[in-house]
Amino acid sequence: MSDGASAGGESLRLVATLTVAGLVSGLAIVLAYRWTLPAIRAHQAAALERAVFEVLPGAERMERRVWDGSGLAGAGAGGEAGESVFAGYAADGALVGWAVPAAGAGFQDTIKLIFGLEPSGARTLGMTVLESRETPGLGDKIYKDPKFVGEFRGLAVAPEIKLIKGHGEAPNEVDAITGATISSKAVVRIVNQAAALWRPRLPAPGAEPSAAAGTAAAAPAEQVPPDVERGGPVPGGKPGGRS
Amino acid sequence: MSSELVSIFVGALLINNFTLAYFLGLCPFFGVSGRLETAFRLGVANTFVMVITSLATWALNTYVLVKAPYLSLIAYILVIASTVQFVEMVIKKTLPALFRALGIYLPLITTNCAILALALFQTSRGYGLIEGLVFSVASGLGLMLALVLMAGIREEAELSDVPRLLRGTAMSFLIAGILSLAFMGFAGLFSGS
Amino acid sequence: MAGPGRFRAELVKGIVAENPTFVQVLGMCPALAVTNSGLNGVVMGLATTFVLVMSSLMISALRKLIPSQVRISTYIVVIATFVTVADFTLQATMPAAHHEMAAFIALIVVNCIILGRAEAFASRNPVGLSVADALGMGTGFTLALILIGGIREVLGSGALFGFRVLGASFEPWVVMVLPPGGFLVLGALLLVFAKVAELRQRAAARAAAAQEAGR
Repeated sequence: MSDGASAGGESLRLVATLTVAGLVSGLAIVLAYRWTLPAIRAHQAAALERAVFEVLPGAERMERRVWDGSGLAGAGAGGEAGESVFAGYAADGALVGWAVPAAGAGFQDTIKLIFGLEPSGARTLGMTVLESRETPGLGDKIYKDPKFVGEFRGLAVAPEIKLIKGHGEAPNEVDAITGATISSKAVVRIVNQAAALWRPRLPAPGAEPSAAAGTAAAAPAEQVPPDVERGGPVPGGKPGGRS
Repeated sequence: MSSELVSIFVGALLINNFTLAYFLGLCPFFGVSGRLETAFRLGVANTFVMVITSLATWALNTYVLVKAPYLSLIAYILVIASTVQFVEMVIKKTLPALFRALGIYLPLITTNCAILALALFQTSRGYGLIEGLVFSVASGLGLMLALVLMAGIREEAELSDVPRLLRGTAMSFLIAGILSLAFMGFAGLFSGS
Repeated sequence: MAGPGRFRAELVKGIVAENPTFVQVLGMCPALAVTNSGLNGVVMGLATTFVLVMSSLMISALRKLIPSQVRISTYIVVIATFVTVADFTLQATMPAAHHEMAAFIALIVVNCIILGRAEAFASRNPVGLSVADALGMGTGFTLALILIGGIREVLGSGALFGFRVLGASFEPWVVMVLPPGGFLVLGALLLVFAKVAELRQRAAARAAAAQEAGR
């Protein structure tokens, strides 16, 4: 090692190099972030809107509502992003229903989906799988089989949705997908759990203020809920990604 | 809560094994797994680094990166590089034989995609402190499991008559393919009824 | 010394002779993880090439300024910056593709190819040659990903880049788009490459022997 004086000078040079590198890098990243932020937000909002409008047919505007422990507050109330639902309004301002994001364990990995509940919470209006890593050709039918997805329109939720092998007749029964029993069970379980959680939280029909609230036509607050739009950890079947 | 922890643990160890299902940590998997003992030791070193990374990631996410999430990638990788440097120094001083045995593979843990992936998954899945620790221990053990299995098979294969062109990397990949296929059998273990 | 011939040589070597995936066996993680379709392979290859070229450029330009003791950390900072930029850009311009590969875009930062080229080449060579080397390696890597991704996609789903290429009666060999398929396809390709290398070697040896005999 070198003597004291030059060792000090050398250490200074090492630290200086790293500091400069860090500062320049930080600056570059912040600039890139600022520059791409509007486009990214727009994409996320559009994707969310697409999903919500798909499970709430007829809705043309949506608002995010956050559960703050005792009631549903507006998006600006700053609640935890994970506990939110989306209210969908038709063109005339009437409440179409509530879009509920939910997730749970599937056959291979986590399944993330969103489903719509009518204002009374008694029936579902639709269901869309947002992310899944189920087996291609079998489990991925949970989003590829229009018959299975279609069963979630007008499905009675009380006391709970039941998965039937074969043909179900009751209003709360869903036919399982042949060869994908576990994946179909997972979807039904996820919807049941989320419905049980949110139905008591929903305001009584009529009590929910419609279009009013002043929030403009553009989507919810800046914070897009991570659990709805966050990129999946690994490459998997993103249903919307390859249609 | 505990059943969720069990499902995180078994998920990372078997069902979605980092190496055989997520394709992470392949450089050491194909590079070092010729000897069972080295593979085991590397697995332990990896697990240790992963646990520390998990703690650091949790701390960063909770206290530092809340304001600037876009700096997370660079923060994680710098933490990992420092941790590996630190672990290297400690092992060199306390277990010099192990240090020599691991050789180049110790600093290479920095570029092991599995460590960075751990930080990224932990963040995107929103794991808390305990969940993160369980996840990191399980993934580390999962990596070690894959390494040890591969090393064991390759040691046996050395005694067999392998076609000339297959020897080395090509055969390792075929072995890995079969291992991965076997591990697919764990799917559905925890999907509830 | 650094004439156009040298530039071309550095550029071309990364495509076949020193192909990062098939010859050097580097960058395995993304080579298998995102190659369940040809398109994902292309996007990942191009993103990696971008980071590779930009990092090599920067590191080569600054090579005399970076002290040796902190060089690895500095390289990592440079690489991570470009990866972050690439990540944001992809998110803004191709959200669907980004979503399918999200974690692996971020993992480009630990792709051994990039750090390997920085250490082995860019830190010791002028900017022009370093860019040539990086471009060559990046192209070789991208071609490898397209090859692997194409094979897996055709066998596993009967389509290539989203277009059906095999008839409707084709029963997809699903395992090909699942993890085991990745390992098996790459193993098979390595076998093919080893055979090709051997044949070329034999041909070169025969040519040399013929030349000797002809004297």
